[in-house]
Amino acid sequence: MTARTDTTAPLRGAPVAVTAPRLDVARVRARVEAVPDPELPMITLGDLGVVSAVTTADDGVLTVELTPTFLGCPALPAITAAVQDVLEECGHPDGRVRHVLAPAWSTDRITAEGRAKLAAHGIAPPSPAGAASGPVRVDLGVPCPHCGSRATRPHSSFGPTRCQSMLRCTACRETFPTMTAI
Amino acid sequence: MPETGRTLAPPPADRAADTDRAADADLALLTLRLGDDALILGQRLCQWITRAPTIEEDLALSNIALDLVGHARALLARSGQLDGTGRSEDDLAFGRTDRAFRNALLTELPNGDFAVTVARQLAFTHYAVLLQQALADGTDRELAAFGARAAKETAFHRRHADLWTERLGLGTEESTRRMRAALEQVWPYTAELFDEDDLTDRLVAAGVLPPLAALRTAWQASVAAVLDRAGLTVPTPTWQGRGGRQGLHTEAFGPLIAEMQSVRRQFPGGTW
Repeated sequence: MTARTDTTAPLRGAPVAVTAPRLDVARVRARVEAVPDPELPMITLGDLGVVSAVTTADDGVLTVELTPTFLGCPALPAITAAVQDVLEECGHPDGRVRHVLAPAWSTDRITAEGRAKLAAHGIAPPSPAGAASGPVRVDLGVPCPHCGSRATRPHSSFGPTRCQSMLRCTACRETFPTMTAI
Repeated sequence: MPETGRTLAPPPADRAADTDRAADADLALLTLRLGDDALILGQRLCQWITRAPTIEEDLALSNIALDLVGHARALLARSGQLDGTGRSEDDLAFGRTDRAFRNALLTELPNGDFAVTVARQLAFTHYAVLLQQALADGTDRELAAFGARAAKETAFHRRHADLWTERLGLGTEESTRRMRAALEQVWPYTAELFDEDDLTDRLVAAGVLPPLAALRTAWQASVAAVLDRAGLTVPTPTWQGRGGRQGLHTEAFGPLIAEMQSVRRQFPGGTW
């Protein structure tokens, strides 16, 4: 155990509010989008496309709207807390983080940079999700991130995180995850 | 209200407020029903964790359960806002007794063998996708957003159920026998999903819910197509199990929520 600071000691003089300078919306957005995803730390929230909007609300409070990848995404509370911390660092301790469901997140929102980073980490980027109400896509011809072969086939729709599914490469016989096209 | 001998029409603003309150109360009950369906089925599916036939199946069932709990969170949080009590989703999930739950009995049925779980998933997922797609076109904006989002997720659950139904139906003699028995066991509980009552009548009239008879027709065609591919026939039950929407549950329900609520009981107010 390390020694704890005695928080009951009387303060010398009036407490000085240490507030960071208030950054404008565009700069806050850049900082929020740079936050790494807790489950896929190789990509940022901006790469993932979950930052729907950063605006100044009618009451003047800076508001960040996040759209969850999946409704039950267990990383959402961690993401929300991380964004709240960023707002504080940006001089907006009163800033709000809201979750919005419409329009629904899609893997099509992952940026080109995000897709490249996923591939570099052995996660095959998703194929285009296509129409929102069609049948579930079966991932055919997803290139293997290890050997590049397109002779891959679906293994399981469900993988290590909710947004990934598993495929198997028939060329190099590796099993690999892909971002489930949704 | 006691009769006063004369009727005073409330000012228009109050009438509008009354209408809003009644609409909110109806939506609160609907989101409670749908939220409880998702919560209880999610809890049931979690009982497969470490017991599923393969590691992939363990992940599949737990991921489906995770989605369902996510749906329950969204729906129950809304229910607590609309019913005026301000209860959180945790208050509703962990703070109610069995008679206060409004899930359809189908969702609480014991897992049985793997075929029973697949049969229950088949019936529920086809219903859920159709319902969520209809909610997406409904008049309540928040439920519409939920429906559009959730239908995309539930489509994966439906495909999982479809593939297993075909595999078991067309597999071995034993898997076919078990799948047939499972369908017979589960099907009497499917009627309750489409039951109409005063609440659903008002919500259909308000354009929030689709007409349930039409939903049932679409569901029958949808599951029949899968069963046909699997070489199985749609059961024709001679009885129907219902009561969940009124808070009357099966014997298996008490132990399910006792386990689900045990941590909250041991550590009241705990967060994690």
